[in-house]
Amino acid sequence: MNAYWITFQAIITREILRFFQQRSRLFSALVRPLLWLVVFAAGFRSALGVSIMPPYDSYILYQEYIVPGLCGMIVLFNAMQSSLSMVYDREMGSMKVLLMSPAPKSFLLFAKLCGGALLSLLQVVMFIFISYALDVEIPLSGLLYSIPTIFLTAFFLGSLGLILANHIKQLENFAGVMNFVIFPMFFMSSALYPLWKIQEGSLWLYWICKYNPFTFNVEMIRFSLYGQYSVENITIVAALTLLTASFAIATFKPKK
Amino acid sequence: MTITISSVRFRYGKKLALDNLSTTFTPGFNVLLGPNGAGKSTLFNLLTAQKHLQAGELLFDNVDMSDQPSALMRNIGVVFQKPSLDLDLSIKQNLTYFAALHGIAGKQGLANIAHILASLGLSERLHDKIRSLNEGHRRRVELARALLHRPQYLFLDEPTVGLDVHSRQIILEHVRTLAQQGVCVVWTTHLLDEIEPDDHLVIINHGALVADDTCAALYKQHGVASVLSLYRTLTNTQENAL
Repeated sequence: MNAYWITFQAIITREILRFFQQRSRLFSALVRPLLWLVVFAAGFRSALGVSIMPPYDSYILYQEYIVPGLCGMIVLFNAMQSSLSMVYDREMGSMKVLLMSPAPKSFLLFAKLCGGALLSLLQVVMFIFISYALDVEIPLSGLLYSIPTIFLTAFFLGSLGLILANHIKQLENFAGVMNFVIFPMFFMSSALYPLWKIQEGSLWLYWICKYNPFTFNVEMIRFSLYGQYSVENITIVAALTLLTASFAIATFKPKK
Repeated sequence: MTITISSVRFRYGKKLALDNLSTTFTPGFNVLLGPNGAGKSTLFNLLTAQKHLQAGELLFDNVDMSDQPSALMRNIGVVFQKPSLDLDLSIKQNLTYFAALHGIAGKQGLANIAHILASLGLSERLHDKIRSLNEGHRRRVELARALLHRPQYLFLDEPTVGLDVHSRQIILEHVRTLAQQGVCVVWTTHLLDEIEPDDHLVIINHGALVADDTCAALYKQHGVASVLSLYRTLTNTQENAL
């Protein structure tokens, strides 16, 4: 077997092993979006009507509208969790061990990002299956269509997390990421409300939401969940991923 | 299996950590000694490619570390000062992971693991989680991990600090055997009783080389009879500064 393939498999396996050993992480990864889907959507269903807009060809329930955003939320939290574990690995020395491999640093980081992306994908698929029980009607074929888009989103957000991990000196500083990265990124996007609805309320917020990279990801997932690929969103996300991943890998510092 | 260090300089901002350092590590037991802040860790980090060289040259058998750091990792084994095992994984999972990072998997990987664990007296603990091991066993697993890919160069950064006499003895004896077999060992320590007269001793102080010869030759040169006296003479330190 090729040495690179062995190394790649080992990094992915370790990520998965560690994830399943942290059962609380799996639990919270699923409970968080489900709470939004059950509680938040129930409250907003009557207040927020979602009119016909692509990719939907009829009126939809609010809970159905937020499913792609919640998929994005799972990926976003998992990516940040992965970058947190990278800071932890750096403090605990596991990162030094990884970089003792003769494989190039860029390959090792790429494998680590793939591992994180695979975990995100796994969680999103589990979430979608659970959401079927909550009257969400996403075509099964949409689930297949969305696999590459969710993976791409996870890779993009994982790279972003890697950049953050590069700039976080201590584990304790990670709380700031929650306040200054995760929440703004999630709330100022089309995850919870359609952009036209935001435009009605505030024009400046609309522009921020429209150009928030997370919005492109959510919309890319939204279309794919209904069996369509939005070329515009995919192109933008792919370009952003390439840029972010290259920057993250080129500037990665194993030691702080 | 020779490491040639030529005119190496390293700075942290304005602070000079290594000042024009040159020495050679040959196969055998090489000891790196010096007070805290002398530059040992910096040199260790440069030798293990954790830091990039700023000036000078590091050659591993004429292969420049700056040119091929990744390729050289195939022949380098490292035991870090701080524990770096995954506590929630078993010995087998930790070692399998590291072997795979070196492209070793399947039967060969398992055979290497079994062989090394047997030589370090850990065969029975294969499936134990690292968290359940005492400090001595953990250090032995770290050593096993560093040896899985049968490296030609072995770097150990204070590997026996805080261990009981038995664990220290096992680790030291194992590494000395490897040194006798032709592995180039670089052993960083503060524990002077680990040093023997035939060892190649390199002492660094304030980033500069102050001794570079066999321990016995240095005794003669400086008219002393122990490593402690030699160390005090060359670094102007008292015992408590070790």
